[in-house]
Amino acid sequence: MDNKMKKRLIRIIISFLIVIISFFIEFNNNLYNNILFFIAYIIIGYDIVLKAIRNISRGHVFDENFLMTIATIGAILIGELPEGVAVMLFYQVGELFQSYAVDRSRKSVASLMDIRPDYANVYRNKEISKVDPDDVSVGEIILVKPGEKIPLDGTVIEGESMINTLALTGESIPKHVTKGENVLSGCINNDGTLKIRVDKEFEESTVSKILDLVENASSRKSRSENFISKFAKYYTPIVVIIAVVLAIVPPFIIDGALFKDWVYRALSFLVVSCPCALVISIPLSFFGGIGAASRIGVLVKGSNYLEALANTEIIVCDKTGTLTEGVFKVQKVDAIDYPDEDLLKYAAYCECFSNHPIAISLREAYNKNIDESLVTKTKEISGKGVLSIVDKRKVLVGNKKLMDKYKIDFKESSEVGTVIYVAIDKKFVGSIVIADKIKDDSYKAVKLFKKNNVERIIMLTGDLENISKDVANKLNLDEYYAELLPQDKVSLVEKFIRQKSSNGKLVFIGDGINDAPVLALADIGIAMGGLGSDAAIEASDVVIMTDEVSKLASCIEISKKTMRIVKENIIFAISVKILVLILSALGIASMWAAVFADVGVSVLAILNALRILVVKK
Amino acid sequence: MKKYKFKIKGLDCVNCANELEGELQKIDIIDKVSISFMMERLVFECLIENKEEAIDRIKKVIKKEEPDVVIEEV
Repeated sequence: MDNKMKKRLIRIIISFLIVIISFFIEFNNNLYNNILFFIAYIIIGYDIVLKAIRNISRGHVFDENFLMTIATIGAILIGELPEGVAVMLFYQVGELFQSYAVDRSRKSVASLMDIRPDYANVYRNKEISKVDPDDVSVGEIILVKPGEKIPLDGTVIEGESMINTLALTGESIPKHVTKGENVLSGCINNDGTLKIRVDKEFEESTVSKILDLVENASSRKSRSENFISKFAKYYTPIVVIIAVVLAIVPPFIIDGALFKDWVYRALSFLVVSCPCALVISIPLSFFGGIGAASRIGVLVKGSNYLEALANTEIIVCDKTGTLTEGVFKVQKVDAIDYPDEDLLKYAAYCECFSNHPIAISLREAYNKNIDESLVTKTKEISGKGVLSIVDKRKVLVGNKKLMDKYKIDFKESSEVGTVIYVAIDKKFVGSIVIADKIKDDSYKAVKLFKKNNVERIIMLTGDLENISKDVANKLNLDEYYAELLPQDKVSLVEKFIRQKSSNGKLVFIGDGINDAPVLALADIGIAMGGLGSDAAIEASDVVIMTDEVSKLASCIEISKKTMRIVKENIIFAISVKILVLILSALGIASMWAAVFADVGVSVLAILNALRILVVKK
Repeated sequence: MKKYKFKIKGLDCVNCANELEGELQKIDIIDKVSISFMMERLVFECLIENKEEAIDRIKKVIKKEEPDVVIEEV
């Protein structure tokens, strides 16, 4: 609680005690009671009255301070002094609770995003000085000790350590970094001491980009927020006008109607006419939703996108790097005569001087030191493969064409992917299948999309038909389109947008490389593995910090939960207000009930909104 | 056009924030004004040479509409 809230709390307590005293102690003269009530009113309501007076001079008639002042002073004037005080008291309790709840949720979201580094230890004049990260320039050397946040993006030049990327990615397993590797600001250095050369200024560093994004997220307003502010705009004047009519008309047309009774009813109207309690819970819900998403490593750039995600109808994904790992790996070794291990060894040795992706994946799969002195001669046969003399044996590693060229009798493989055939001393010894692997996470993601009522999951790729078909079948996707050129992707997405229902949304998710036109075209463009890729962060509406597609599914769940809470709050608050209006017009609900309803609704709506921050782990 | 960010403190409620945002949008030399009540943040765009004048005029509007509100650049 800050000072402002503490002061308000003290005023509430004092005023409440005075009200209690004057209720239970019977003075000889009624006047003493009234004086006590009046003192209580001044203590609790002076700031509201002062603000109201100030606001009238500026023409703000429908300001909540003004409305509360009229309602309470009106009550006092018609002789309902205790009610006037009580209404003001409850109103202040509600206000206090509201500011407390808003403050709490601000803090909890801020702590979710607590990645802003406070300082950097920079080497200057052979000494280490502690400076603001803003003052460090590119090329300077900084030191990050265990437990400290990495303040700027850079490259490790000395030391090694485990770094915690939890705040950036939602990933709880620490990452090992060593000399020559890039590190991102906002990560926490767990154990070792790192010397880092700064690659980007603070303003351009990952941490600034992310903070900027999250801080500005709630400025892009959703349709629900716009609806509720529009509602508030009309609601208050209408209720106030009805109140005026209620006070004046019935006493004239209904026989025996007391002017005082109807004024009382009208004043109850004024108590519920203030829209603030109603309006607060909606942005609070979106704020919470965006906060909850950022906790799992998904940055949503605006409430409007969070709202739209709840209506996801079509998900269009890229294949390579999105559903698959994007790196070629040895998937299968099929050896004849030799153990698999030896086949891989000869293949790796044969290709040991090549930098072709296939050569790299063969060496990675072999994963042992290669004694290059054993390879005495090596010759690349363009578009076919490699011929090398390994340990005095003639080894051929390549595709079908290579086998044909050397007239080797080989068994063709039926596997999907790139098949590498190996022959030793003119004899076929087996094949190795190299393919891009589907991420384990993609299976989970597709299941979760289906569970969240996504109607079509479509894969677009420039890759070959048979490889794409295999991926689509394994993942159980609804549709796939292979061998596409970049412009084909755009026209297909345009077609899908025309096919979807009017409320449904099309989401495109890709790794952000060469996807800018499609990202912009989709209702919601999502870039994955956004860390470090500025263009992707720039072009997309939602950024998934890791490379897991299933995070999108979790984000859709958060979005649905947020929207459910928003709807609950809108319906609940509006219906309670209307009910109270009807009851007080009929004279059934007292002013007490009105203020209870008003404050109660806002308290419940805020508590409901705070539920979003509770994320299932 | 350059984007400027301010911390905005002392707003009572979302509605007041929305109304103030509406008033600030009437200032002709600034663009894309938005107030986020939850983040206590005021963001706007204007030409670099107009920055001082823009801040002056924003402060005037704030003084008239919400005298308790203070802003400071971040």
